[in-house]
Amino acid sequence: MMKKLVLTAAAVALSATTSLAATEVTWWHAMGGELGKKLEEVAQKFNESQSEYKVVPVFKGTYPETLTAAIAAFRAGQQPAIVQVFEVGTGTMMAAKGAVYPVYQVMKDAGEPWDTKGFLAPVTGYYSDASGNILSMPFNSSTPIMYYNKDVFKKAGLDPEVAPKTWAELATMGKKIVDSGAATCGFTLSYAATWVGLENYSAIQDLPFGTLQNGFGGTKTEFTFNGPNQAKFWDGLKKAQDDKVFKYGGPGGAAESAPMFYSQQCAVYMGSSASRAGVINNAKGFQVGFAPMPYDDTVTKEPKNSIIGGATLWTLNGQKDKNVYKGVAKFFTYLSKPEVQADWHQFTGYLPITNAAYELGQSQGYYAKNPGSDIAIKQIMRGTPSDNSKGVRFGNLTQIRDLVDQQFEAVLSGKKTGQQALDEAAKQGNAILREFEAANSN
Amino acid sequence: MGPVFGPVLIGIVMQTKRTVFQARLLPYALLAPQLIITLIFFVWPALQAVRQSFMREDPFGLSEKFVWFQNYTRLIGDASYLNSLSVTFVFAAGVTAVSMTVSLLFAVCVNRAIKSGRFYTTMLVWPYALAPAASGLLWWFMFNPSVGLIPYVLNMVGYDWNHRLHEGDAMILIIIAASWKQISYNFLFFVAGLQSVPHSLTEAAAIDGAGPVKRFWTVVFPLLSPTAFFLAVINITYAMFDTLPIIDAVTTGGPSQSTNILVYKVYADGFIGLSLGPSAAQSVVLMLIVVLLTVVQFRWVERKVQY
Repeated sequence: MMKKLVLTAAAVALSATTSLAATEVTWWHAMGGELGKKLEEVAQKFNESQSEYKVVPVFKGTYPETLTAAIAAFRAGQQPAIVQVFEVGTGTMMAAKGAVYPVYQVMKDAGEPWDTKGFLAPVTGYYSDASGNILSMPFNSSTPIMYYNKDVFKKAGLDPEVAPKTWAELATMGKKIVDSGAATCGFTLSYAATWVGLENYSAIQDLPFGTLQNGFGGTKTEFTFNGPNQAKFWDGLKKAQDDKVFKYGGPGGAAESAPMFYSQQCAVYMGSSASRAGVINNAKGFQVGFAPMPYDDTVTKEPKNSIIGGATLWTLNGQKDKNVYKGVAKFFTYLSKPEVQADWHQFTGYLPITNAAYELGQSQGYYAKNPGSDIAIKQIMRGTPSDNSKGVRFGNLTQIRDLVDQQFEAVLSGKKTGQQALDEAAKQGNAILREFEAANSN
Repeated sequence: MGPVFGPVLIGIVMQTKRTVFQARLLPYALLAPQLIITLIFFVWPALQAVRQSFMREDPFGLSEKFVWFQNYTRLIGDASYLNSLSVTFVFAAGVTAVSMTVSLLFAVCVNRAIKSGRFYTTMLVWPYALAPAASGLLWWFMFNPSVGLIPYVLNMVGYDWNHRLHEGDAMILIIIAASWKQISYNFLFFVAGLQSVPHSLTEAAAIDGAGPVKRFWTVVFPLLSPTAFFLAVINITYAMFDTLPIIDAVTTGGPSQSTNILVYKVYADGFIGLSLGPSAAQSVVLMLIVVLLTVVQFRWVERKVQY
């Protein structure tokens, strides 16, 4: 017994000395389940590749929980070196100038070579300041795509190899599916009123979401998403719901949306390209088809690129040991490597962030072997991005998305028209933007 | 211990009290642990909230500015806040009424069951052991519009249940979910209250010719009123403060804010929305509402209660 104790003590002492030698870099993240395991594998492989630094990933819950935890930790002086923040928090992070150590600066100060020309422009553009400096390290970016049930299409007498290209086609096909009894609902959406049904809808149709280039031009921005086309689109969704063609899966990421697709109640599901692995695993007993997001041919004949979601890695100021930031720089260089990128992208369905990673996937024959896996990349790369399709950048966007969800629910329950709801959402949203502007100019 | 010994005992205690607590510091030392906990975990955060409610600051606390009552005056004109206020009153009244009526009914039934009473008591107390978030999830699952059993059954009788879209459905659901847990708690107090009603009184009423219903309303219920009053205070406070995990698990305040009660709004605005000043102002107002309600209850309602 005594011997055992001594041995354990020795082992503890030994492990303590080895970890003392390596500088620890704490990394708070929000990836649970399979994605979390893969993330830990990425960190572990980095740790094995060198001995100077040790990245320690810590799971902190959902995206909002992780951001809140990081902010609370920062206020208490206990912040991690790296925190993963979802794209909705970008406005908040960019405004927090004293708290954030911009990634381009981290790399420069550490003398780490950092070539950003090879990065995919639609991804880095989302996270760059006005002078084109990248402020946070793109890590897991995704974009919505369409998943459909080929078997249900066949049952309804539709060609399973042809996905609807426009929202009008989707409505007709959905009606056919419901009328034929192939499924009880045509389609369901995640982020029905926000990321998919308003932000991406506006981008793809090249409609403005807010003034000052959708908020990229500063915090004085105001919402303009209450245009007639967006209103018509929301009214269309309400009509589709009345016809049983569209089924609402709840606010935010819509907890009930994907399950309705898996259980074959709904023939079509639109959600993040990073849901690919989950969709394939859960689609028991039917063939899944992949397609780009539909567009609105009454508004545009040439759909723009879709916009991204997901998260990036922000470096926080205030680590006492300055070596930690050298470790952060080394880790970011490692993350940018084509092999690392391609592995992460292919496993998760998130977008590759460098052209090299995309090309590596092509030369490996990954896209040929996995049909539909490059739809997301092609969708964000098509055409030239306009001010309306570069992305959206607003402070307190989490709160604003909640109130847009609430207004959308008022449309679905027949209390408001699309226009009334969007006008109210823009009004309340602008009030929040003004508060954010004021709080950041104290 | 019969009533005869009561005064004697008190006399002994009072005598000994003087001799034991000679030391001035000892009582404070004994109180200290509880006082320290209260100060650190209740009073200090409450004061922090009051301070923050007069400030405008960015989430990271890099800069702050004293803005007088701006965070408060904004609340008055805020439609979503006024909505939240009325939603909270409907919800608190609903939860208190449902959980107290049902638990009183259960308590009366169990009080009459002589042999199986203990078994039922144990069974009825179980839900109280459950964490609010877990119980919320349970109800979320049962009432889930796409996979839940209850909407399926309701659909067969022609009712289209969907708390994702229908505001009334959502309110009913959170009232049921929040009451369910509280019924156990109320039940325990009502059973104890019923058992302390002297049999001689009900027997006397029975001899005078009062039936069971009459006996309950004229003899038993008035004697229960201190218990009922205490529970009313506790239930209203519960509905206003402790139901956050249930709202979070079941409706997240929707659809269109129809279940966004004050405490959830404080959480959503402060922790998800990161707008700290306005959220702090809301929490101070909420604190004042509960203080006010309790004072009103003790000053006016308590006078009508018979002990």
